[in-house]
Amino acid sequence: MQTQNVPTEELQGIVGEGHVREATAEDAVDGVGPSLVVEPATIEETSEVMKLASREGLAVSPCGGGTKMGLGNPPREVDLILSTARMDQIIEHVPGDQIVRAQAGVRLEDLQEKLAEADQMLGVDPPEEGATIGGIVAANSSGPRRLRYGTVRDLIIGIKVVLADGTVAKAGGKVVKNVAGYDLSKLFTGSLGTLGVIAEANFRLHPIRETARTVFLEVDDHNKIPDVAQELTHSSFSQFVLDALEMRWERDRGVIAALFEGIEPAVVAQSSRAVEVLGSHGETRVLGEDDGEAFWEHFARRPWAAGDVGLKIGAPPADLAAVLDSIVGAAERADAEIRLSGHAGTGVTFAGFSGDEDGLVEIVEEVREIRVRRGGSVVVQEAPLAVKERLDAWGSSGDYLGLTRRVKEKFDPGYIMNPGRFLGGI
Amino acid sequence: MDRGQLIETMQEILGPEGVIHEREQLRTYECDGLMNYRVIPDLVVLPESAEQVQQIVQTCYDEGIPFVARGSGTGLSGGALPVESGVLIVLTRMRRILEVDIPNGRVVVEPGVINIWVSQEVADEGYYYAPDPASQIVSSIGGNLAENSGGVHCLKYGFTTNHVMGAEVVLADGSVVHIGGGKAPDAPGYELLGAFVGSEGTLGIATKITLRILRKPEAVRTLLAAFKDTEEAGGAVSGIIGGGIVPAAIEMMDALTIEAVEKQVSPGFPEAGAILIVELDGPEAEVANQFDQVIKVCEENDASEIRIAEDDEERALFWKGRKAAFGAMGSISNDYYVQDGVVPRTELGAVLKKIADLSEEYDLRVANVFHAGDGNLHPLVLYDNDTPGEADKAEELAGEIVFACLEHGGSLTGEHGIGRDKMKYMPQMFTADDMDVMQLLRCAFDPHRICNPGKIFPTPRLCGERPGPFHMHPVQKAGLAENF
Ligand SMILES: Cc1cc2nc3c(=O)[nH]c(=O)nc-3n(C[C@H](O)[C@H](O)[C@H](O)COP(=O)(O)OP(=O)(O)OC[C@H]3O[C@@H](n4cnc5c(N)ncnc54)[C@H](O)[C@@H]3O)c2cc1C
Repeated sequence: MQTQNVPTEELQGIVGEGHVREATAEDAVDGVGPSLVVEPATIEETSEVMKLASREGLAVSPCGGGTKMGLGNPPREVDLILSTARMDQIIEHVPGDQIVRAQAGVRLEDLQEKLAEADQMLGVDPPEEGATIGGIVAANSSGPRRLRYGTVRDLIIGIKVVLADGTVAKAGGKVVKNVAGYDLSKLFTGSLGTLGVIAEANFRLHPIRETARTVFLEVDDHNKIPDVAQELTHSSFSQFVLDALEMRWERDRGVIAALFEGIEPAVVAQSSRAVEVLGSHGETRVLGEDDGEAFWEHFARRPWAAGDVGLKIGAPPADLAAVLDSIVGAAERADAEIRLSGHAGTGVTFAGFSGDEDGLVEIVEEVREIRVRRGGSVVVQEAPLAVKERLDAWGSSGDYLGLTRRVKEKFDPGYIMNPGRFLGGI
Repeated sequence: MDRGQLIETMQEILGPEGVIHEREQLRTYECDGLMNYRVIPDLVVLPESAEQVQQIVQTCYDEGIPFVARGSGTGLSGGALPVESGVLIVLTRMRRILEVDIPNGRVVVEPGVINIWVSQEVADEGYYYAPDPASQIVSSIGGNLAENSGGVHCLKYGFTTNHVMGAEVVLADGSVVHIGGGKAPDAPGYELLGAFVGSEGTLGIATKITLRILRKPEAVRTLLAAFKDTEEAGGAVSGIIGGGIVPAAIEMMDALTIEAVEKQVSPGFPEAGAILIVELDGPEAEVANQFDQVIKVCEENDASEIRIAEDDEERALFWKGRKAAFGAMGSISNDYYVQDGVVPRTELGAVLKKIADLSEEYDLRVANVFHAGDGNLHPLVLYDNDTPGEADKAEELAGEIVFACLEHGGSLTGEHGIGRDKMKYMPQMFTADDMDVMQLLRCAFDPHRICNPGKIFPTPRLCGERPGPFHMHPVQKAGLAENF
């Protein structure tokens, strides 16, 4: 790694002496250590920091809660970590308009707590604890309720960003319906800090629903899961009725679970219908609101731990059987242990593997090869560094890589934002 | 290439039927639904396949000729307004529904497919396509995508952007890309599809579009409530939404609109200062319960009459009245200008008041019909073109109305787009930097600005490299890039 001449004093002049610190080993991004961690308090300060970084050619990694710094490929270099921790204000919550404007560093838990005072919520529920708004937008995090509310791209209505050269720009606004100008809020969603720093985001909100019921079924054959999922999504339950439809598979046992949220009579009626549908496949259980909460807390977690390889597979929902087969088959051949979870209603499957390095690499290659043929993607979301170095985190990207590069080129011509972590080495 | 050669080349690609070059015939395409801007294109071409679109665009690119895509031409912001000495690419012959995939809840269509056809195609299977602009029996999916069109049911179900899952796009340089996962979720990389939808035809031409379809709701209930004035009706809107209900639709019409609609299509609406149409859909038990709540809220806000649609026929009648609103203005005024602005819902009252004041000040009638749930106003400014100066006055008044929307924290447009019409207002909503940064995207997609130029942005940005010391391409250096 080339070390840059980092003008510490100048940075201190921008954000205050106490808010620039020497990086420690813990700040390293996939083994690549930055020199300094900088914590601007405002957009203006962020802009000044970026101007300086641009001028000096310093590589910058924006960081929120730090829950997803391992996402993507190892960076080519990191000089500064730009922490949004101090930009933690909820700027505006207007319950009557069902919108909120928040700075990037606001933690999702804190935001939800504040919104709950008005019986409202933001409809994203990623499982990580401590994630911030900026990080959630940048990583396009989602959770089980995406079946009902969609993902960040569906809920974000405005954004304020700071580009690599310090330019501050906004797009969208604070109304839920708005088609003025290009929708940069969506462009920045999932951009993993490679287009600029997300400083603020505005969202549409939803009412918190009165009560909830969970219906689940245990299966001992993974082939049953796709059938049950299809049956549920194509009975009268589907998007905008069902809040979540999730699966888990571990040690030859699986569970498929449906979540209904809403007003009491509706939830009761819906869940008993679901019991009827699932009943033909085996014994079903119903959980009330409180038991359900504990159930989902565990159920929605990613099925991997540090040291494992964790994959996110996006496939057509009706192709779930092939997805599961390919994973189970590959793991068997490589003699690896697997755990699966997934948003069965929307075609997202998470797979965690543990085993020896060569086996893990083989599994990823095999699952990818099948997915390329059948449509979809396989992204490595978690892996030991040794494995990461042997694989591209994103896999093949189809015919849009050239366009993707041109977008990057325009927003960050110096390639100082998170260089190397994104698709195609961007 | 001179015009003659261009015609010849296009005829080679499309056959003689596919090229229109006689001035009189070209006139058919001189404007879209916004008739006060007119430009006669040099040439109109009517491709029948994505390959032909690619060849047309490639030719334009090689020759540096600007082009504009056009669907059904119902746009209300001049988005499909041709450019002088440019080619207009009309997509009305690309009308095939290519695939219906019920297990994955997807339909793949060509861009010229009419919105309503999608729902018709999957109705028997119990599915439908949710975005329902009032123009849905004529407007194309390609046009809907480009404008990110909304409809009365978008409050609950989202706009076009929430239902377009993938697109094949011919870029300005003739290359073809597939963006968005289509049937698979969460395609890796930038959210290019989200940026493309709503870009008003300035980032490329969609030649194949994957749409999400939804199960038809189990139950639908609709009511119509009459109020003394828009303020009371607005109170009911706040009450309903504040009560945690997300109606499928909630539309408001004021007295002038009601009058016009009655004259035109006689839906038998009650005489009132304002009417709300509220529709709930979803699971039976939920709808039944919340419908009672809606009735209660309307009563609490002194509704003078509440009519409940007893069957699909009566529901259709309510909607017929609402959807006829724009056209019905012809029955009470020679000319009218359709404005499209957005305000935060809580500012509705204040802005309606301001509109009433402006109407008085300009001495022009303004009818209000709007998507009350999301604060998307459609003030219709009535005027008479034969009265000298009145058209200009009407446009000025319409401008004042969107400024009022902005002042109250809203937007210049909720669904009709900026197009040609509102370019001049963009600096009121966005700073020069905001617009410059948006145009970085344009530079990535279409650096030579040949794809629908002269729309959205009042000042085009040059796409050349920005000056600065840091100009290496590390990706290229690292040997990772082959195609910059
Ligand atoms: C009576 C009436 C009612 C209306 N009601 C509504 C409403 O309720 N909600 C609403 O949102 N709008 C409404 N509109 C506006 C209009 O119908 C929509 O904007 C519609 O989506 C335009 O579709 P079109 O096929 O007519 O597109 P056009 O007018 O032909 O084109 C619109 C834009 O799309 C671009 N375009 C067209 N096809 C493509 C393609 N394949 N790829 C890339 N760009 C393309 C064009 O360049 C242009 O910029 C209404 C219009 C009328 C006349």
